[in-house]
Amino acid sequence: MKFRAKMIDVGCLNHFTRVVNTISKLTKTCILRLTPNNLYFVLSGKVASGGVGMWCELSQANFFDEYQLEGVAPDANEICLEVTPENLSRALRTSQNAKCVKIKLTKKHCPCLTLVAELPTLSSVSRVVTHDIPVDVIPRRLWHDFKEPSMPDFDVSIYLPPLKTMKNVVDRMKNLSNFLVMEANLNGEMNLKIETDLVSVTTHFKDLGNPPWGDDGSPGRSQSRDPEVMAHTRVDIRKLQQFLMGQQVNPSKAMCNIVHKRIIHLILLHEDVSLQYFIPAVA
Amino acid sequence: MDCVVTGGNVKVLAKAIHSLSRIGDELYLEPQEDGLALRSVNSSRSAYACFLFSPLFFSRYTIPLGHAFRCKMAIKCVQAVFRSLSSLEKTVEKCHIELDGEKSRLTFTLHCKHGLLKTHNLSFQDSESLQAVFDKESCANMLRAQPRLLVDTVLHFPPSLEEVSVSVSGERVWFRNHVDDEAEQSKAMLTELCLSSDEFDHFAVGAQTSITFCLKELRGLLVFAESTGLPVSVYFDEPGSPVVLSVTDSVLEVNFVLATLSDDSNLCNHNNNTKRARSPPPPDDFMTDDIDSYLIAMETSELAGPSDALAPRCPSSNHTLTTQPSVDIHRRRLERGEEEEEEEDTEDTERPPNKKFRSLFFGSVCPSDSQLTNQTIKSQEVLASDSEDDTQASLP
Repeated sequence: MKFRAKMIDVGCLNHFTRVVNTISKLTKTCILRLTPNNLYFVLSGKVASGGVGMWCELSQANFFDEYQLEGVAPDANEICLEVTPENLSRALRTSQNAKCVKIKLTKKHCPCLTLVAELPTLSSVSRVVTHDIPVDVIPRRLWHDFKEPSMPDFDVSIYLPPLKTMKNVVDRMKNLSNFLVMEANLNGEMNLKIETDLVSVTTHFKDLGNPPWGDDGSPGRSQSRDPEVMAHTRVDIRKLQQFLMGQQVNPSKAMCNIVHKRIIHLILLHEDVSLQYFIPAVA
Repeated sequence: MDCVVTGGNVKVLAKAIHSLSRIGDELYLEPQEDGLALRSVNSSRSAYACFLFSPLFFSRYTIPLGHAFRCKMAIKCVQAVFRSLSSLEKTVEKCHIELDGEKSRLTFTLHCKHGLLKTHNLSFQDSESLQAVFDKESCANMLRAQPRLLVDTVLHFPPSLEEVSVSVSGERVWFRNHVDDEAEQSKAMLTELCLSSDEFDHFAVGAQTSITFCLKELRGLLVFAESTGLPVSVYFDEPGSPVVLSVTDSVLEVNFVLATLSDDSNLCNHNNNTKRARSPPPPDDFMTDDIDSYLIAMETSELAGPSDALAPRCPSSNHTLTTQPSVDIHRRRLERGEEEEEEEDTEDTERPPNKKFRSLFFGSVCPSDSQLTNQTIKSQEVLASDSEDDTQASLP
């Protein structure tokens, strides 16, 4: 098993750092899957993470100048690690002006992801910062847990309103209730609702637009669906807040698929990064 | 006592006090002939700081004649006088510090713009002298750097980091986070920054060595140094000996003395990296975590010993209200000290010593004669090493 990668471009480094920062705000630990073409930050929707699932895909070529990977076996050319993204975030944070950042898999006192940054100095010799981030290697027999989640059979798919606006709304709603209902229809309308014994608050968004899934996704249901009818799901408000809080990358496309009473599937697309986040329904 | 600080020096004084507040809870104030000494020490006596402002720092500097005056105050009270640094700069024209002997008060009067006077009357306690014994010039290793370099270095470590290890070789210096708890070692992220000797104003390394000390106190000094722009000098020897960090200029001398871990176990953190030129680490054998073995060997001038012989003129005002307790404490500490020295003798032969921070050595110093002070310092050894002569050396 071998992994070595190098980043030289400052823009790539900044972008990568922002992605890692976002991931670190979403979860304390996650799986890092390294394949010849991509990096994935994965959280499988298990009970441990409160049923929340995350799938973040980065195209390696858009970030790294050099990238060498030798997986666990020739027929399984990938590496699967459990990492604490906060550590990675911290290591990257102070290396933003580095001339070069290398990441490699090493074995120190335990398997580590070692980040080495060469910082510019006034003298002829650079300053070298080395961060050893302990990781756990995930054995092959557990890899099936971390496969790309399939697109759920959604009832409604809609573009999200500006994330900042959503965040402001959700932040205030969180003070009133622990649960939030998200509903949307095929007419580009979305509502965020909370309801308690004392008060109910609804925020209405209009003219959001619905993504044209066409042959992808599940055309069957949406074609015959009444565009006025809302599909709704009730979720733990903190999970939605956590998703909105951490966003550091401005997505070029942000959308949401709702499976009635089952799950909210949030998708953020950027040129070289995609982030999917699944929030399960609560009763 | 009657001193006046004017203009920009008020802010320097304020910054010094804020810096000292990061060391301990009490401010020891002692007007000496060679200047006003502000000192502080932490509760475990493993960190000590002294700011010595020469008479030239003041526009007026009058100290009590005859008996020496020493006091201590809660540092928070003094900080309250100099609370907002930015407004100090803009509004305070001078600061007048006056001793009111009758009422046992130290009066701080801030003369501000528009004729505004802010008077703070702070009560104090008489105290014993607080003076750590250290000899910078005899240290084997010395580095001097612009504060910016050190600030940039500590930036790579999280604010919560307790201890940092500094290793030097002929050409390079490494700063590493020190992981204390064995349980954490497999999970903790390890960060190392390597600087070349080029980046330092002065780089004199006697032998390859590695010391570990508390980062928090270092940050206190760096904040001060950065604001003054003065270079920071770092003096150190082998692990166990204290590290002395100094900032000096014509009117001011600052010394931070920090205890270091008396053990090479801090090398065990990084084992397999061949990039780092280092001697093979000693066997990883943490027997106990002797946190409570912070030795405290605080000498007071009330105790019998050679110091009295050296300074027969020790004034009677040293006998303060705190005499009894401090003597008791000292006795307990000495006992503990002796126990540990016994431990060490056997440990040296069998296995690496238990890790613990070495005490800072506090000598009794009679401030009335500064020449005597220097003599006292030079004639005493720097921190307790693990030789058998210790029982003698611990009594000055």
